[in-house]
Amino acid sequence: MKYLYYPGCSLDGTAREYNQSTKSLMKGLDVELMELTDWSCCGASAAEFESRLLSLALPARNLAIAETMADDLDLLAPCSACYLNLKKVTETIRTDPAMLSTLNQILAEDGLTLTGRIHVRHLLDILSVDIGAKAIRERVTSPLSGTSIAPYYGCQCLRPYAVFDDPESPTSMNQLIEATGARIHEWDMGAKCCGASHMNTHHQAGMTLVGAILSSARSADAIVTVCPMCQMNLEGYQNSISAQNQTDLQIPILYLPQVLGMAMGISRKALQIDQNLTPAGRIFMKMGSGTIP
Amino acid sequence: MNTTNLTTDPLASIRAKLSACIQCGTCTGSCPNDFAMDVTPRYLWRQVLAGETRKIFLSQTFLMCSSCYCCTLRCPRGLPLTEAMSNLKQIGVQLGFTTKTPTALFYRQFLESVRRHGRVHEMEMMSGWFWAVKNPMLPLKFSSLGLKLMSKGKISLLGPSGNRINLSNLFRKVTELENQA
Repeated sequence: MKYLYYPGCSLDGTAREYNQSTKSLMKGLDVELMELTDWSCCGASAAEFESRLLSLALPARNLAIAETMADDLDLLAPCSACYLNLKKVTETIRTDPAMLSTLNQILAEDGLTLTGRIHVRHLLDILSVDIGAKAIRERVTSPLSGTSIAPYYGCQCLRPYAVFDDPESPTSMNQLIEATGARIHEWDMGAKCCGASHMNTHHQAGMTLVGAILSSARSADAIVTVCPMCQMNLEGYQNSISAQNQTDLQIPILYLPQVLGMAMGISRKALQIDQNLTPAGRIFMKMGSGTIP
Repeated sequence: MNTTNLTTDPLASIRAKLSACIQCGTCTGSCPNDFAMDVTPRYLWRQVLAGETRKIFLSQTFLMCSSCYCCTLRCPRGLPLTEAMSNLKQIGVQLGFTTKTPTALFYRQFLESVRRHGRVHEMEMMSGWFWAVKNPMLPLKFSSLGLKLMSKGKISLLGPSGNRINLSNLFRKVTELENQA
């Protein structure tokens, strides 16, 4: 199996462990990733705040680059915001040919052309559909038995485009996590919003939303995410959220490929577990390896 | 209805999208941020339909939308409500209603960083934002996180890796086409 790969800005900076663990997991699954040359920002939630056209032009540039690199490969995006922004372009131009020609006018400035033939896929889509829990289970060497993991999907890999899972009651992570030997922490917060950039721009609202998610995961050993912004919001403010809620809400937050990789015996270094802002020691203790990273 | 008004009314295109709204309130009931809004989403759509431009942009409601798409998913009339929220954000900037708010300043710094480097330079963006907001208390909210990120080497003064990609041409062409439209 082979995919085009768009890491996006977060995975090049504050979420580099998501990038590294995705690459290490894919290597362990014999999946080849071909990173887009000279990729640029997808616009995040910033472009859409100012201009619809800019919010389509920025991801369109990356899709046009993808088209120069392959004819028949899907484009894998691990970041949910990148995934949605890229997908929004392919969905928009499918029904709006005028927008396609406008985008091509913009891309012509840099000698690029877009047709829209590339399929954009989220990492969770590829893991749960193309690769599947069976392939993970076959490779498990250090089962996470005895641990309870809360699957957190967030919003933008599920909505508005319901591609690979139920947009309100998602389950695609269950089989993957169960393949590692871990138990699923049953909760109803998996598809609730973490507030996205509210943590920056409307701080208290973000703290309230994340506080509700962390409170609901209290009996779990870890929360698993598939988005760098969800990850940052859930792990970055646990001290102050615990203080505000007058209860200890500290919990390890891990990326899905880190959890799957751990069970497959991929080294902590290759999964960059020490780069997460929350110490993952608790889950290692439980799974019986006995050493704290 | 006066057609001249329709073409110059900044809300006209949003109103056209929302004309089938039945004011059922499913959007409000689905919104994770309604607790922090001064006007509920349902009432906001009523204001859009009634053309209450000033009231809409005095309120914080559209700025509190975090694009979770729950309302869009659940709207029984299938209306593109998250897209309408985005349109309000865009009009707010274009007409200068929101340009001085911390939210708009944050996204401005973000996009400026992207225009210059092709990718967002997190350190440059955050410090630019703190400077633009001119509130000495603001950086304190992020100091603990910032120190953690620096100690992990996750943010640097040097910025993103890879080649610098200048997106000035792309940004300029977008502006040019928008001005024509």
